[in-house]
Amino acid sequence: MSIKATPLSHSRILSVGTYRPQRVVPNSEIVERIESTDEWIVQRTGIESRRFAGDDETVISMAKAACEMALKRAKLSIEDIDTVIVSTISYPFQAPSAATELINELGNPKAAAFDISAACAGFCYGVAMASDLVRSGTSRNVLVIGVEKLSDYTDPDDRATAFIFADGAGAVIIGQSDQPRIGQTIWGSDADSRDAITLTPSFLDFKKNPDKGVGELGWPNISQQGQVVFRWAVYQMSKVGLKALEVAGVSVDELGAFIPHQANIRIIETMAKEMKIPDSVLIADDIRTNGNTSAASIPLAMDRILEEHPELHGKLALLIGYGAGLVYAGQVVELPPKP
Amino acid sequence: MALAQADVLAGLKEIVEEVAGIPAASVELDKNFTDDLDVDSLSMVEVVVAAEERFGVKIPDDSVTDLVTVGDAVNFIVNASK
Repeated sequence: MSIKATPLSHSRILSVGTYRPQRVVPNSEIVERIESTDEWIVQRTGIESRRFAGDDETVISMAKAACEMALKRAKLSIEDIDTVIVSTISYPFQAPSAATELINELGNPKAAAFDISAACAGFCYGVAMASDLVRSGTSRNVLVIGVEKLSDYTDPDDRATAFIFADGAGAVIIGQSDQPRIGQTIWGSDADSRDAITLTPSFLDFKKNPDKGVGELGWPNISQQGQVVFRWAVYQMSKVGLKALEVAGVSVDELGAFIPHQANIRIIETMAKEMKIPDSVLIADDIRTNGNTSAASIPLAMDRILEEHPELHGKLALLIGYGAGLVYAGQVVELPPKP
Repeated sequence: MALAQADVLAGLKEIVEEVAGIPAASVELDKNFTDDLDVDSLSMVEVVVAAEERFGVKIPDDSVTDLVTVGDAVNFIVNASK
């Protein structure tokens, strides 16, 4: 007796879709409460403006809009999707998942659906899983969504984070391919540094201290140790990027684009320098006008760079996600074809 | 064998010039990285990592904030090399 297995196939990104919140928030709106300046923020992070979602722009509504764009571009309907993976740290319910709420809204409440918690690495974790699900035959077409409404979990008075985090959604559809178009993922964690980025206090703290409200306990907001994260991101993630290139059999000068998580332009530029990425490779810098949108930042940056450089459709890109955990994942992908 | 203070200072001058574009001549022991040399917190990390590679020492994350002046960095590196 043996178990029948579906022959392995290949996978690819069929399309990308995004949603950027309506409201543009320039640094001038942020600086007063943190006694900073536009120049300081731009110099430290590259961020000139970001987008904050309004009350009617929820994690689900933003994700839905991104998915609808991705479906339209791939010329697929929601019935063609059998699996939905949502990466988020800002969906305000533990259960049921954002993915089930999303597929119900999208009109296919029968698809497999689950959320993953890998913070700013979440999109690349999702791509890794979706690619392998397609390759193994478990799934046919997978929607991978990175969506965040981090303005709900950012302290506007925190001088270390108030100007960094932002909101938005990005989605890709991963389906079958005639040849390999998504490379093996290099992933892992450095969990001994998990205190470097945190979201505290926990919800249980409120239950255990009913006499203390948000005013005393504080709301669960993101905190991060900038220098620790910068050092880890630049010097460890550049190694991850080079390893992802190696396992994909792609040299750095064969890349069309480098699309890392949009955490900070200084991290991106220093990482590119460490990896010796040549000038011929376009480097995503969506952070300048979109801030750090955690799990959403890579698909948002991918869509932006394809919009600005349509010649990149079908070209190779290196993706690297890294963040709270600390966790990371990187892979080489072929960028989706022109819709 | 411990590194000599003069050698570490000379190496650090080159690193600060390369990372932050500060003329090596202004990098003196009593200079404050932030206030005098305008080396911001992220550039400081680049300086530290470059110094680790150059001098073969470990400068842990927890210690970086203690390196306020060029002299602090030189002393740390000399002691770490012993």
